Parts: sequence; structure tokens; C-alpha cells
Amino acid sequence: MRIAKEVRDDRTVLSIQEDRIDAHNSGELKDLVLKTLEGGAKNVVIDLARVQFIDSSGLGALLSGYKNASLRTSGFALAGLQPRVRSMFELTRLHRVFDIYPSLQLALSA
Amino acid sequence: MGWAVIEMCETFVNLDIVVPSQTRYLRLVGAIAEQLAKELDVQEDTRDTLAFHLNLALTEAVANAIQYSSAANSTDSVRICFSVEDAYLSVRVYDHGGGFDLAALPTPAFDELRERGRGIFFIRSVMDSVQYRKTDSGNVLEMRKKIA
Repeated sequence: MRIAKEVRDDRTVLSIQEDRIDAHNSGELKDLVLKTLEGGAKNVVIDLARVQFIDSSGLGALLSGYKNASLRTSGFALAGLQPRVRSMFELTRLHRVFDIYPSLQLALSA
Repeated sequence: MGWAVIEMCETFVNLDIVVPSQTRYLRLVGAIAEQLAKELDVQEDTRDTLAFHLNLALTEAVANAIQYSSAANSTDSVRICFSVEDAYLSVRVYDHGGGFDLAALPTPAFDELRERGRGIFFIRSVMDSVQYRKTDSGNVLEMRKKIA
């Protein structure tokens, strides 16, 4: 899975460079988020603007990140959800769990 | 070696697809499901949603089938059959694993934040009916969706 990692001030931005997250690549996403948190990142933002489709395993990878960030009292936010992606969070009510911003810009200025 | 076979019968609404039991084929399966929605005779304003829902249901169903069969046989394949009957699109996904009891699966407890266990919930959410049964040619998950 192609993911661009960038540190901006106190935030670590992971920009997903794929249009699809499914059971084929969600394991890599989960591992990279965990490594980033283990590496000491205090505020992680996942930029999903390029992602047009996510399945249940992708949501699971993001939940893993959310739970691990919470344990480490790190921030964990999602940005740029496309309509189909957002609908997956709404169906499972996970939009009430995650810190979600319409765009990366808004996540960074929050 | 990877391969995918698509057999077209008399009309596009009878489609048999066989893909290797490997997650790298999920993207292709999803793309075929989306393309099928574009070929079906449905109302224009529902087409994009139907395409998304078929992509999602197929992705989840085939991912499950791959997971069930991978324990038994890594060279296994997954068969997917699409057909249209009486205004319903029927999609059947065959697996060769041990099978499971669909009726016994609980609705996910939304506040528990488990990382797994939402696949069948998504299929139930976007399709009109879901059944799982054992047949001579393996277990089959049958999903139906009204399209007219």
C-alpha cells in the first residue's frame, strides 16, 4: 500500500495514496499506523481524500489505530472522507467515535 | 500464477466468474460488480448507489470466502455467479471452508469497537436478502437485490 508520511509541526500525516482499502491492503495500513504510534507520534491524521472505497477490514485497521492512539493518549483524526467512505462510518455509527474533518487542511488547523 | 476466468452466457445477466482465493483479486471482483450495475436496466438515479452496494457486498463476501478456504487449501478458487430473475439480481459466492451459521451471527455491538465482524452486517445492510447454505459444490452465500 502506498502511504505518504509527513510531519507537520506536532502532527504526523499519513496520506493514503490508494483509491481502495480492502482485505488485501488493510493489514499494511494497520501495521504502519501502529509503527507510527510506537515511533512516538502524538497526533496522527489519516488523510483519506484519495480513497473512494473502504471495506470492513479497512474500518478495522482504522479502529485499531484509534484504540492504540487512545491507549497512548495520542490524537487520532481522519480527514477528507469521500461520500462512499463516509457512508461506511455512518452505517456502523463509527462517525460518532472518530474525530473526522472534511479536509486535511481543516484537520491541521483544528 | 494468478488467473481469472469470466464466462459470458447468452446474456450478461448470467455471469460465472472464478478467481483465485487471493485477496489481490478483490479489486477486480469489486470492479466487475460496479460494471455490472452499469449494464443492468435500473433507474438512472439509483445506478451509482447500486454500483457501490454491489461492490461492497461482493468485496465482503469474497473476502470471507477467501478467509474460509485459505486455511484448507491455498490453491483454492472462489466461484461467483450472477443472475437476474424476476426483477431480482442474485449473486452467489461459493466457498470450500467449514461453513458458518448465518442466523447465529449477531448484529455488531456498535459501542464495542471490535476490529472484526462487520462484513456480513454490511452485506445485510445493502442487499435485500442473504442466505448461506451447504450444497454439493461447497457452501454458498446467496445475496439478492431488487433491481426493478
